[in-house]
Amino acid sequence: MNGEAAACVNIVETLSSCLVAGGMAPGLASFIQTLMGVVLVSAFPLVLVIFLIWVERKVAARVQDRVGPNRVGPYGLLQSFADAIKLILKEDIIPAGADRLIFNVAPIIAVLSVLLIWAVIPFSPVHIGADLSIGLLYFVSVSSIGALAIMMAGWASNNKYALLGAFRVVAQLVSYEVPMVVSLLVPVLIVGSLSMQTIVRAQIGMWFIVPGLLSAIIFYISNLAETGRAPFDLIEAESELVAGYNIEYSGMKFGLFMANEFMHAFTVNVLFAVIFLGGWSGPGAEQFPLLGFLYLLAKTALVYVFSLILRATVPRVRIDQMMSFNWKFLVPLSIVNLLVIALLLQVTRALGIAPAPGETDFLANLPQALVLLAGNLVIIAGTLAILRNSGRRERLAEQTVVTSRAIVPVGSGD
Amino acid sequence: MLELNATTLAFFVFAILSLGGALGVVTSSNLIHGALYLILSLFGGAGFFVLLSAPFMAAVQVLVYIGAIAILIIFAVMLTRSMTRMTEVYNRQWWLSALVGTLLLLMLALGVIFPVWGEGGMLPNQPVSNEVATTEALGVAFVSGDQFVLPFEISSLLLTGAMIGAIVLARDTEAS
Repeated sequence: MNGEAAACVNIVETLSSCLVAGGMAPGLASFIQTLMGVVLVSAFPLVLVIFLIWVERKVAARVQDRVGPNRVGPYGLLQSFADAIKLILKEDIIPAGADRLIFNVAPIIAVLSVLLIWAVIPFSPVHIGADLSIGLLYFVSVSSIGALAIMMAGWASNNKYALLGAFRVVAQLVSYEVPMVVSLLVPVLIVGSLSMQTIVRAQIGMWFIVPGLLSAIIFYISNLAETGRAPFDLIEAESELVAGYNIEYSGMKFGLFMANEFMHAFTVNVLFAVIFLGGWSGPGAEQFPLLGFLYLLAKTALVYVFSLILRATVPRVRIDQMMSFNWKFLVPLSIVNLLVIALLLQVTRALGIAPAPGETDFLANLPQALVLLAGNLVIIAGTLAILRNSGRRERLAEQTVVTSRAIVPVGSGD
Repeated sequence: MLELNATTLAFFVFAILSLGGALGVVTSSNLIHGALYLILSLFGGAGFFVLLSAPFMAAVQVLVYIGAIAILIIFAVMLTRSMTRMTEVYNRQWWLSALVGTLLLLMLALGVIFPVWGEGGMLPNQPVSNEVATTEALGVAFVSGDQFVLPFEISSLLLTGAMIGAIVLARDTEAS
């Protein structure tokens, strides 16, 4: 028994040796093993999404002083299953002018773009789909395929609302990718690696939300926009777009888009937990990898529920407000943040207070983290001061306009 | 000569993807289909980078070419409505592009044939290099003074210039 336990390198590593022992060709056995790994890793979010929809509806209901789903199963837990069955049984309608192949492929690519991200998410010290040396870059590049799927869906539907919705979504996704990627560079600078496991290991001593507070905030905000969550849910602005890029989709194809949206929202929160909240790291996680998995889920739940409450409480912004918020605020801020952090990192390394690579002690990581945190706070304070001044100037300008309007008629009447 | 294993299989799948996609780009009369075929072809190219142990290049290929440039092309095609339903396959410059294409193909073919099978060429099953460069080494090569810092900076300057030019061209002249 001990030998078997030692042989377990990751989830499915031992399967192939067992199959070979049963008389199967080694090549086929390793292929089946890889396939099982792929199925396992991609089935997890697909099963999870059924419950995520329930969680989201329950949280939204509580915020709005309702009960939420409560008829099917205990606490309405089986409501999503009923909805899924309904979606599968629904008639599959393809509009007459649609480009059939692209119309049918688009939902698959949309789901694929999210499922592929799960390949590089480290669940525990030993359980990861593939610890790529470019893990973080892989996440960025794979999630950029999602915009393509939406574009295909909007165009192939042959519907002007779908096309308009797709334009809007793609503009939003492409724009908010810029601050997201730039803010991701800060943890990469601190670690010096793009591999997800290395990033998590570097956080055993200190979570990156401390030295990279501002980039964590920027990453969180741009992820809200990337996943089309309120206050950036212009993707589904019913009053302007009827329904958005998926207007012509029905049945399970629409279900795939919906599942994709919920999965994406959850996946980016998992990534937030991995990159800024230390992923699986926690007391005892190295000895008991399963504990690391629970830590990851707990950290994810924290930020995920926060995003759900945010979604249920904030109003939707206008499209021009959203765009200028991104290009005139988030992008410059993230670039300034990156420059300052890069400078401070070099300063701490020159002063010798930077921790040695792979240092897992909290106190050894503290000086550098505090210096970086101070840099973050200075940037935040500066930004707030600038915002306050420009806001005051705008209000003053409005007031003078209002008063001059009020005065002029009186003066002209004299 | 050819070993049939997973790598060979993957090579042929990617070859079919990139060549078939490229063929689709030049034959489809619907420009959107052409752009989507282009994405297929680029994806095959990304697969080749993975087979060549260059994961960084593969990820950048997907991110830049599929995630940004191809989407930009689709945007441009969709916003010019008359171009989505084109009926003519050839335009007047078809002979020029055929000439340039053939010349490029010849150059590439010669560039592959001579170093590998020419005089003093290496054996086809010999790896080009035993060293697998890491992403870190690539990053250092871009900024270190004795390697590629000058080409890197010049190309970034070029991109900045192009971006400013695009903004100047796209700006509303009446508003200013």
